[in-house]
Amino acid sequence: MRLRPCICFCWFACVVLVGLASPSWSAGQETSSNQSYRVPRTPDGQPDLQGFWSNQTFTPLERPEGVTSAFYTEEELAAREGRVAVRESAQTEPGTIPDVHYDFTQFGLDRSQAARAQNLRTALIVDPPDGRLPPVNASGRRQAEIREAEQALLGGRWDSAEANQLDDRCIMMRGVGPPMLNSGYNANYHIVQGPGQVMILSEMIHDARVIPLEGHSNPPDSFNQWIGLSRGRWDGETLVVETTNFNGKNPLQGSGQRMRVTERFTRVADDVIRYQFTVDDPGTWDQPWSAEMPMQKTRGPLFEFACHEGNYGLYNTLVGARLEEQQAAEASLQPK
Amino acid sequence: MRTRVFLINFVTASVMATAAAFAQTGDYLAPRAPDGNPDLNGIWQTIGSAHWDVEPHSAGPSVVRELGALSAVPGGLGVVGGGAIPYRPEALAQRNENRTNRLERDPAIKCYLPGVPRGMYMPFPVQIIQSQEHIMILHEFAGAVRTVYMEDQVDAPADSWMGWSNGHWDGETLVIDTTGFNGQTWFDRSGNFHSDQLHVVERITPRSPETLSYEVTIEDPGIFTRPWTMSMPLYRRVDENVRVLEFRCVEFVEDLIYGHLRKQPDGENR
Repeated sequence: MRLRPCICFCWFACVVLVGLASPSWSAGQETSSNQSYRVPRTPDGQPDLQGFWSNQTFTPLERPEGVTSAFYTEEELAAREGRVAVRESAQTEPGTIPDVHYDFTQFGLDRSQAARAQNLRTALIVDPPDGRLPPVNASGRRQAEIREAEQALLGGRWDSAEANQLDDRCIMMRGVGPPMLNSGYNANYHIVQGPGQVMILSEMIHDARVIPLEGHSNPPDSFNQWIGLSRGRWDGETLVVETTNFNGKNPLQGSGQRMRVTERFTRVADDVIRYQFTVDDPGTWDQPWSAEMPMQKTRGPLFEFACHEGNYGLYNTLVGARLEEQQAAEASLQPK
Repeated sequence: MRTRVFLINFVTASVMATAAAFAQTGDYLAPRAPDGNPDLNGIWQTIGSAHWDVEPHSAGPSVVRELGALSAVPGGLGVVGGGAIPYRPEALAQRNENRTNRLERDPAIKCYLPGVPRGMYMPFPVQIIQSQEHIMILHEFAGAVRTVYMEDQVDAPADSWMGWSNGHWDGETLVIDTTGFNGQTWFDRSGNFHSDQLHVVERITPRSPETLSYEVTIEDPGIFTRPWTMSMPLYRRVDENVRVLEFRCVEFVEDLIYGHLRKQPDGENR
């Protein structure tokens, strides 16, 4: 039940991919809600966000260097697609590591999902208007240095389980958030609404976030979680979710424990939720920044993502690393 | 005047008798969810020692010497109908071997998904979020999740740790039928186990505003001579601001699982 590229994940995340199908979703639709659209209601009268959604996207968080506009033209997008198609096919060249390890054109962010993933936006970040993260402040730089020093103490990546990346350890996938950035693959969510509660289940490592809509005071500062603690409310047709109390061990672009994430979910069509979020973390950036992406209706169900239970990748990698060390030690004892 | 007092007493007595009869026969009528079905929404938890051993068991010492009285086993009169699980002889031998080696073999020690029904009576809260189409059962332990499909039901598409659950309403009772298990989970900390042929039917019925009756029928013909049952109440967590919190235990078991593969300072294996 577990499909995950262990070693290649980081490498894969660095590759910018753009799909090949024609856009099913244009820039104009994303920025202005269709005024005539009436959001369906749950039996108790809440705007109905329920169902299976995907925020799969090829759009990078930050606007690429050299791109100045907020949206590509159709021609520009087509040109980018062409370049990426070459790269994508190169991924599975016979005999290469990606080919034997994991076929992303089969299981990853590939052209078969492009209709959903494609967008004319040049970046997810909409504020600052240049589509780039604000500069990290002095406190954020100190935070980064401390993290680097702590990681260095753990040694090399293959020295222990703890020295590995969170996703390789099956602790959590970076994209799960909040905010929910696309996770590269399986960027699928199931929303269920009960009285006074909204649940968002992320397919990646079965992370369920329960968002109470009433009666919850601010949690104490001494309490924190990997995914923080969320509270929600309706602002007209929009679900607004505030999340604080992060443990800071899964930083978002260098964020810290004082991060506050405000998400806004607005259903703008039967098959689209406009997902907007603002990150406010004075310990890292002097100004908040905001991003926007569509969540598009997808087919359910979500399957169990039992990552840790089948984490042979981490186990075998550590076994291999120790074996290599042993062989190197034996070789050094051989008479020259 | 006397007549009126008599009447009031009569009415009061009748109401009390009726209430008692309802409580005894399980005719409590729960508040309705927005879709008209009984409202099971809430955070629930069992109280008892079924998580140690679903069968009757006396109090006993801890398996981990250092934990002393803190992880010693509290006794329990059991939650299994008839007392003992009807194991086939070879399966009983396997259970006993599991029990002897529980520290190495209990899958929950490694933070693996707890399976069904074990997750329901572990000492962790369970949140039910109910819509017409899906009923979510969210466990604090390991963040385990079950989706109960009330509509668009299909057979289990593949084996999994938490199985594949289809549900329907039988009057005031939510009936959940779960199959598609991978056979790698246990029922408790005492080695009680099943195979991948496990078939679980759970019946959840509101019995008072703050309690649910939880009844389970277990079927696994290769392991048990006949279907058997478990029964216990689920109590509503009424604490102010109670939430199902994060118990992301993978981090807590990495040293246990991978510690022997840690690089040693001199490059030697442990």
